[in-house]
Amino acid sequence: MTVTNMNYTSLLPEVVILAASVITLLVGSYLPRNRQIFTRWFSLGALIVSAGTAVLVLGQPSTEIFSGTYAIDAPTTVIRIIAPVSAAIVIVLGREEFVGSARESETYALLLLATLGTVVVAGATDLLVLMAGYLLASIPLYALIGLSRTARAAEATLKTYLMGALFGVLLLAGLTLLTGLSGTSSYTGMTGALAHAPAPAVAAGIVGVIIGLLFKAGGVPGHFWVPDAAEASGISVAAFLTTVPKLGALVALARLVMTMPTTIDVPLLVAVLAALSMSVGNLAALAQSNVRRLLGWSTVSQVGYLLMPVAVISLAKGATTALLAYLVFYAITNLTIFAVVACFPGRDTLAHWAGIAKSHPWLTGTIIIGALSLVGTPPTAVFFGKLAVFTAAWDGGQGWLVVVAAANTVLSLVYYLRLFVSPFQRPNAGAPEISRSTVPRTARATALALGATTLLLGLVTAAFGAIGSL
Amino acid sequence: MLSIVIFLPLVVGIVLAVTRRLPPAVAHWVWLGTTLVDLLLIALITAPRPSGTALLGEQQLVWMPGIGSSYHVGIDGLSLPLLLLTGVIFVVCALWSLRVTDRPRAQAALFLFLQSTCMGVFSAQDLILFFVFFDLSIVGMYFVIAGWGHGDARRSALKFFLYTFLGSLALLLGFIGLYLGASPHTFDMVQLSRNGSFTGTSLAAGSILAAIVVGLAIKTPTVPFHSWLPPAHTDAPTIGSVVLAAVLLKMGTYGFVRIAIPMLPGAWRDYAWVIVVIGIVSVLYGALVAMAQTDVKKMIAFTSINHMGYVILAVGAAGIVGRTTEQAQQLAITGAVTQMVSHGLVTGALFLLAGVFYDRTGSYDLRDYGGLARPAPRFAGFFAIASFASLGLPGFSGFIAEFQIFTGSIGTTWWTFLALPGILITAALLLRAFQRVFTGSTENLSIRFRDLDRRETVPLVILMGLSVAIGVIPGPLLAIIQPAAQILVTGLTP
Repeated sequence: MTVTNMNYTSLLPEVVILAASVITLLVGSYLPRNRQIFTRWFSLGALIVSAGTAVLVLGQPSTEIFSGTYAIDAPTTVIRIIAPVSAAIVIVLGREEFVGSARESETYALLLLATLGTVVVAGATDLLVLMAGYLLASIPLYALIGLSRTARAAEATLKTYLMGALFGVLLLAGLTLLTGLSGTSSYTGMTGALAHAPAPAVAAGIVGVIIGLLFKAGGVPGHFWVPDAAEASGISVAAFLTTVPKLGALVALARLVMTMPTTIDVPLLVAVLAALSMSVGNLAALAQSNVRRLLGWSTVSQVGYLLMPVAVISLAKGATTALLAYLVFYAITNLTIFAVVACFPGRDTLAHWAGIAKSHPWLTGTIIIGALSLVGTPPTAVFFGKLAVFTAAWDGGQGWLVVVAAANTVLSLVYYLRLFVSPFQRPNAGAPEISRSTVPRTARATALALGATTLLLGLVTAAFGAIGSL
Repeated sequence: MLSIVIFLPLVVGIVLAVTRRLPPAVAHWVWLGTTLVDLLLIALITAPRPSGTALLGEQQLVWMPGIGSSYHVGIDGLSLPLLLLTGVIFVVCALWSLRVTDRPRAQAALFLFLQSTCMGVFSAQDLILFFVFFDLSIVGMYFVIAGWGHGDARRSALKFFLYTFLGSLALLLGFIGLYLGASPHTFDMVQLSRNGSFTGTSLAAGSILAAIVVGLAIKTPTVPFHSWLPPAHTDAPTIGSVVLAAVLLKMGTYGFVRIAIPMLPGAWRDYAWVIVVIGIVSVLYGALVAMAQTDVKKMIAFTSINHMGYVILAVGAAGIVGRTTEQAQQLAITGAVTQMVSHGLVTGALFLLAGVFYDRTGSYDLRDYGGLARPAPRFAGFFAIASFASLGLPGFSGFIAEFQIFTGSIGTTWWTFLALPGILITAALLLRAFQRVFTGSTENLSIRFRDLDRRETVPLVILMGLSVAIGVIPGPLLAIIQPAAQILVTGLTP
């Protein structure tokens, strides 16, 4: 297994993003303000090329390269495609927010680096590579949150930074323990080595690593930064940090759970964290009136559902497919909702959404589709993810978790309903009239396109079949 | 062909929804035309009667092969009566709304969407497909109540949505259980209904049945899951109430005969007495509470709980298998399906009549009226006919249904006679309400009450005419249901 496979070309998708971020940063420093838009098109192109090169390895057998430290398999491929695509959507969405801003090219470079970090976290099959990817994915986030330079953004940045530091240390401690106990940092052979190690020590190590990664995923107990950051940062940045970092972190968690020996009940630990995440996220979201804060808590609860297949990843046959399908469907849906939010930049609370139904019927339709998808109503995308996830969890012997998740779904309906009831409410007298022309055109087009995708994705056999056949 | 029946209303609905500045009259007539064409298509497909096992208009397309789910639709003797009922009810709704002025285009689009989901539920032969349509019908009805309702419509709509959504999730859990319990794993209803396809333990079967029964009981609704129904009915617009009572409630009872009984026959036999008890309690509770109502819509809503109780009673009794009970079981199932159709027609008519009260005066309160027969004789006549039909007088469909239900149920378990007083109480309360409103001296809001016009008369004639037709010549309908009931009972025999 430890044959040194130094196949550099198979890292092409990662290399493209890395090169693009460096070039963006350098070129951006020399370009005058009115030419910075060049970096926008360049980053978009690079992300698309990266996703395109990832498609090239489709159908080839799974391999591990660089002495078993990096896996090129179905999960990596899915993240290599969906993460850059999500980042590209964020850049398109951020036309009003980024273009002409004081730090335009730097923003793109940071987005590219964070995306690269997510991909590396997803592909890592070695604890040290995981740590490198983790740092690469985290540090740009702090800067991105602080970009809007308001007092609240500063607070959110600080909070995220402190939480990130704390959980990063936990992760580091955990992986030090695991490496020390097993004598290797590579996942290959770790299972066997850990099976004979003292169980309490292994448990401490795995708890540290899992909780550390949950910071990246935005799940309980590493969730505190999510609502603040979602509320205080720019809308497009919020869309990015509630979508992309999760993608890598959850795949990494799945790989770790798969590696752990059966001497410790890791599935139960993850299942409990899943139940906590969904319950805490949903309960907290109930009380929110700020749209982005509500969506921030909603993503915390979604991590709960996403952890369900992670818990049973080595117990149920369809768990990997379920996880990847849910990740893709969730990413598209979450971006849809944020795209709609980006159409109404000034309307921060749900009360401000009153009357939108009359002036913007199409966008209202998109909100309805997005909210119903997050609830998990058929035939929207996330329903099919939820179905797969529930089935996998039950199949893996966590029936109680499925019941908790179902109860949570009903709970979540209460606040998701408010998302699409508000537009139908009568606006208060004196509220600003928002005509069609004041809605950013790019955001509107993006929202409508994403809404249609959310609706159709679940219905298209190919979407499900393709992920299943990887 | 069947897919056209399902999706034609949806497509027309989308077209209506996106065509702005359409004259209201055009929207009305397009709506009516679509519902008529849809009804005609069902009649065409099912012109060769469903024989025993083969499905009519069957169609199966690859959808999600990875998880054993396909787009599979087809009609048999259990679904055909309900599909026809759905078709008729939506024609009636379109007729009733010909002169509606409140956002007619959007309303037509929404009801066409709702029609698609209802047609889909009753023709689905795959659990996921069933669930998709089932859930979408909830979403559609939510918008009907929230958008066109009156009174505290938002709150009622939310309660309706939350409650029935909870039910649908319980149902989904049950479906996942069925999927995992079958080997090979599949969501196909035809395969799951084959004898012995469920391979799990009896404990697993029991808990899956519990999840499914809770899900269906909320939708039906039965005591103790009924509390969403009265507010939803009271605050829904007239045709919303009609669709809710006539079609959406049937999805619950249909689920019992389509999913619960054939897929988990063993567990159904074990727990049939629980179902029977729930049925009896629903019958008596619904009737007694209906008696205490002064709001005409609430009263009809509670008689709905009472009428659905008969269906639950019958499907429960059909699960109590004895040595010589086969014929009684079949009778109970046939009666249950007949009751679904009958209740749809009769309660649909009653809710239309209740809507007339609101249209004229804005009040549903029975105490506000008196001596109404004098200013509105036609209205009084229809109310009398509908009341008689609802209490199960011979000559109406309700009699055929309830007669079979009781004969069948008492034939399997003697103590189901405990539900008989339900009929008496319903009769008493409907007659009392009729007396209160229509006889005596003309007073209060009854003064200058406008009688039914032609637009209102035609739908009522259709509904009551069909009820009488089934009551007088039940043969054709029973001939459709009986073969399917026989298959169902055969599957129940251990």
